[in-house]
Amino acid sequence: MLSINGIYKKFNAGTINEKEALTNVSLTLEEGDFVTLIGGNGAGKSTLLNCVAGVHPIDRGSILFDGEDVTKLSEHRRAGSVGRVFQDPMMGTAANMGIEENLALAFRRGQSRSLRWGISNKEREKYREALSQLGLGLENRLSSKVGLLSGGQRQALTLLMATLIRPKILLLDEHTAALDPKTAEKVLTLSDQYIKEGNLTTLMVTHNMLHAIQHGNRLIMMHEGRIILDISGEEKKQLTVEDLLKRFGKVSGEVFANDRALLS
Amino acid sequence: MLQILLGAISLGLLWAVMTIGVYITYRILDIADLSVEGSIAMGAAIAAQLIYNGVNPFAASLAAFLGGMVAGLVTGLLHTRLKIPALLSGILTMIALYSINLRIMGKANLSLLRMDTVYTKFEELGLSHTNAVILFGLLCVLGVVGILYWFFGTEIGCAIRATGNNSQMARAQGINTNNMIILGLVISNGLVAFSGSLIAQSQSFADVQMGIGSIVIGLASVIIGEVLFGKRNFFNRLLSLVMGAVTYRIIIALVLKLGMPANDLKLFTAITVAVALSLPVFRSYLRPIKKSMRGESADAVDQRNL
Repeated sequence: MLSINGIYKKFNAGTINEKEALTNVSLTLEEGDFVTLIGGNGAGKSTLLNCVAGVHPIDRGSILFDGEDVTKLSEHRRAGSVGRVFQDPMMGTAANMGIEENLALAFRRGQSRSLRWGISNKEREKYREALSQLGLGLENRLSSKVGLLSGGQRQALTLLMATLIRPKILLLDEHTAALDPKTAEKVLTLSDQYIKEGNLTTLMVTHNMLHAIQHGNRLIMMHEGRIILDISGEEKKQLTVEDLLKRFGKVSGEVFANDRALLS
Repeated sequence: MLQILLGAISLGLLWAVMTIGVYITYRILDIADLSVEGSIAMGAAIAAQLIYNGVNPFAASLAAFLGGMVAGLVTGLLHTRLKIPALLSGILTMIALYSINLRIMGKANLSLLRMDTVYTKFEELGLSHTNAVILFGLLCVLGVVGILYWFFGTEIGCAIRATGNNSQMARAQGINTNNMIILGLVISNGLVAFSGSLIAQSQSFADVQMGIGSIVIGLASVIIGEVLFGKRNFFNRLLSLVMGAVTYRIIIALVLKLGMPANDLKLFTAITVAVALSLPVFRSYLRPIKKSMRGESADAVDQRNL
């Protein structure tokens, strides 16, 4: 479904700030794989997601969606295959536009846009039903501006938008990190539900080791731009936070350096 | 006095078309596009030169619209393809247009006295010049408002709005944000140039200097409209722009009538816009003061806001 083949990404190449963010990263996700991605600060997790989404062009290697090479496609041309939820709840929605208008934008992801009306009555019914499943009462506020919603509501809406058209790949980039624990739990439960219902191929970055262990069928740890751990199947089900910390120390020779991950 | 008022309304309606153009870039795309200073004079220059050479005035106005679109395209390409900051792209186009406008007219200004203009047809019906301008201006404004209300409700229109509001989100939804920025600039500058052609025909001359300060007049009209006539929904906003442009002209006519020298007009407009734009800052300073005068500490206010 998603195959990443030996990709490299360097930022500020040739300057004093040069940083190799990804070094020979290869990863293959099968249809329906739900991979959690964890790592210290600056490990390259978000960079990897952004490279898959096409935000950053890569220096070497290739990225394939469903066998189709998308390495050279720009961000907006990959968007038809990719659903994304960002860390910042403000990032995934247009604040000055209505809830239904945001959904209508997402509904046309990957299609060419014309001079047809931006939203039809038939769609409205569909959106109302989809929103009612979120259980946030948004189905009665279709025309409200998204800027009026709370962070958690916006994140839930972004998640709905990312999955409204079934994406080939769902990218969740620390999408609960900016929410309070209760809301984070709710958004995470919703994510699980959508991923299961749609059998979505998912890559989820998290800073929370417990979340990384509890969710998904495969866990990947990154360190200094490389994948250093890849745990799946029965082995992942047995995993504990202590195991993970110990194995990180063994592989990298360092102490896991992400204060947020240790505290949560 | 009535004559002054009617004159202000007629001029306001013609500038309303320009104001709507400024609104598209300033509010919808979130770009301060200075190329309008050049494209308004360009519209006047194209229409004047064509009319002077016997071209039908309606066709000449349409040509002005198309010319403005090209100017917008240039700014858009400079900004999106060559990655020049939007403000600077607009300034470059504006400066370039100054020379181009001189070339179009062949000199610094061109008189249209005793030539047929778009208003002549209405004057032949027995209307005074001012009333003819008001009637045709109103028709143009209503047409533009109607078309834009429809356009920004379409899929492409929504994509432009999303681009201006949150370009990262727009790209994630598969929108080519560069193309949307270009399209917005093209439409905006087309409208501004069209407005310039109407203004030149109503005052019977085109001048290469007529664009100076026009962006500020446009912004003043946008802000006056928003403050006085509201921004509840998109249709209401478009009408507010028209009312704002007309109100601006009435205010200017009044201060001139009250004895302000015409040379100080631009200073007056600039101060008005500066005050209007800084209102939110003053409000945020005033709020804690108001609260503390009511006996609440600033901490209590902060806590409640949390």
